[in-house]
Amino acid sequence: MNIIFFQAALIFYLLGTASSLAFLIFLRKIFSHIGKLALTGGFAVHSLALVLRYSEAGHTPITNLHESLSFFAWSIVGVYLLLHLKYRVEVLAAFISPVAAVLIILSSLFPKNILPLAPILESYWLPIHVIFAFIGNAMFTIAFAVGVMYLIQERQIKSKKIGPFYYRLPALKVLDDLNYRCLTFGFPLLTLGIISGSVWAESAWGSYWSWDPKETWSLITWFLYAALLHGRLTGGWRGRRAAIFAIVGFGALVFSFLGVNLLLTGLHSYN
Amino acid sequence: MEIVLIGLSHKTAPVEVRERFSIPKEQVEDFLGRLVALPGVREGMILSTCNRMEVLTVLKVSDDWADRLKDFLAGVAGMSGYDLSPYLYTLRGEDAIRHLFRVTASMDSMVLGEPQILGQVKEAYRQAVDSKAVGLVLNKLSHRSFFVAKRVRTETKMTSQAVSASFAAVELAKKIMGNLDDKRAMLIGAGEMSELAARHLISQGVNEFWVTNRTPTRAMEMAQELGGRAVPFEDFPQMLKDVDIVVSSTGSTHYIILKEQLAGVIRARKNKPMFFIDIAVPRDVDPTINELDNIYVYDIDDLQGVVESNKEERRKEVLKAEEIVQQGVESFKCWLSSLEVVPTILDLRQHLEKIRQREMAKTLALLKNASEEEHKALDLLTQSIINKILHHPISLLKHQENRGQGKLYVDMTRKIFHLDEEDDEPSTS
Repeated sequence: MNIIFFQAALIFYLLGTASSLAFLIFLRKIFSHIGKLALTGGFAVHSLALVLRYSEAGHTPITNLHESLSFFAWSIVGVYLLLHLKYRVEVLAAFISPVAAVLIILSSLFPKNILPLAPILESYWLPIHVIFAFIGNAMFTIAFAVGVMYLIQERQIKSKKIGPFYYRLPALKVLDDLNYRCLTFGFPLLTLGIISGSVWAESAWGSYWSWDPKETWSLITWFLYAALLHGRLTGGWRGRRAAIFAIVGFGALVFSFLGVNLLLTGLHSYN
Repeated sequence: MEIVLIGLSHKTAPVEVRERFSIPKEQVEDFLGRLVALPGVREGMILSTCNRMEVLTVLKVSDDWADRLKDFLAGVAGMSGYDLSPYLYTLRGEDAIRHLFRVTASMDSMVLGEPQILGQVKEAYRQAVDSKAVGLVLNKLSHRSFFVAKRVRTETKMTSQAVSASFAAVELAKKIMGNLDDKRAMLIGAGEMSELAARHLISQGVNEFWVTNRTPTRAMEMAQELGGRAVPFEDFPQMLKDVDIVVSSTGSTHYIILKEQLAGVIRARKNKPMFFIDIAVPRDVDPTINELDNIYVYDIDDLQGVVESNKEERRKEVLKAEEIVQQGVESFKCWLSSLEVVPTILDLRQHLEKIRQREMAKTLALLKNASEEEHKALDLLTQSIINKILHHPISLLKHQENRGQGKLYVDMTRKIFHLDEEDDEPSTS
């Protein structure tokens, strides 16, 4: 049952992708409205899919790659919709929707069947740890998108070659603010994700920290974002440098999320 | 029935002519009354602004309507007897509809996209309603024009592209700094150009202004005029770190703002962005400053480049707006033809029925001995002949209505069957 809603969510995200890209090209308000409706609708059915899967599996559905990717897509869309309430950066949907759609497609490539939960994962810490980590990651994903948009817009203005993006992308200030906002939300969430994971690790594996690849890479990511936050707060890092940092940090994040699972083995591999 | 628009505007008539047509509000009602009293005029509306004078009417088609309307317009201007033809445009049907939509959407304005015109058209409509000069067609047409104007405003960015250098500079400032409300600007050199840029900045929210000039009195004057503060020319370099936007226009022959200087300034500002608008020739601001992070320097040629891009972008937006207008025209035409098809079918039936009655009466007068049954048979026969003949034309009319061709077929039908000949009395009925 959850698979049907999962597929429905994909259709919504694809529709969102088409219309938000159409908005980017034609700048017609109507496309932006359709895109937003599609994302909202997609988020709703996706939520339903997750709830159904939760009740069917009996545990938080974030225990294999299929579930993780799907949950990640859900977090990104959710965070975007939340941020959209305050920062109306419509063109961002043209990035969020395709990312959500691609994540869902990737997710559906992995086995979808519900497996019994490994005994070691049976804990209240599972949802706590994973939800912190994923929502934090979603924040950083948006920071990445905003960073790319910043670099494009900055390039246009700096080089004095005004092109189509100049009219479509928001003000540099707005993008920089949004980058900062994502960082100030994302960093504490990532921190909580790591701390809750380590507390859980102590109770499950008997040690707070075991330098498992996922832990190591999360720590590297954490340091990158910590440096950025510090630079922003004290050194006046902003604009281009902050944007580049958000992009680099995101690279590390993707690796600790996907690369570690696919390329390296460690305590976090459950497939 | 035809929609006819006759008028003149800034595109066709010089101001000496236009000013004669500006009629005071109180008189509009009087003119409206005279307009709809003209023979053949069913509905009327008068739009009078400082840039245009237009009379929109729904006419019963006849041959001399054009002269009548021209005389009417000449009367309005108190220029009876003069030939206004060189200044006038006369638009009919679809062209008139499109023209009204374009005017209301501010696509025909002197300043493209200026917002007042919609209100003026609404006012003209309200006056015509008050004077009971509008009926079904102009009612619908007016509301449709408001709708089209609204769509053009919300769906295109026709008006938002700056096509002058100082406007472009302000747009750039907004693209860099977002909201300008809490930004501070400094004018270095108090010339005419910088004053213009300053006024644009003020209109976009900048509310703190520092003005500096080699001649302090000029700086004072301008500061007073703009509601800013004059600062001594020697001190401005120290004050740069507190300024977000700099408009420079001095007569200096060398750069007065140097890169080494700015590297320190931006550090002191903790990289808060700065925007230099250098409208001086020769330039005041070392262009290599643009290489520093978070500082943007535009000279007058750079701004001109932005203006060119803006014009290109606006051209695209205007195309979009034209498309919206065209959609409005099509849908209105469809409504209009549905309006005409039904009465035409009725007229057609009535017309043939009259002929039938007349001929039946003649024939029955001859057949004095015919029985009741034979009467009935004749009646039936003639009726069914008419029905058979009308079957195809009527279904064709109905069919064409949905294809937007209704008007053409209605006109043709009315001509072929002389449907408009009988009721040629004035439209006061």
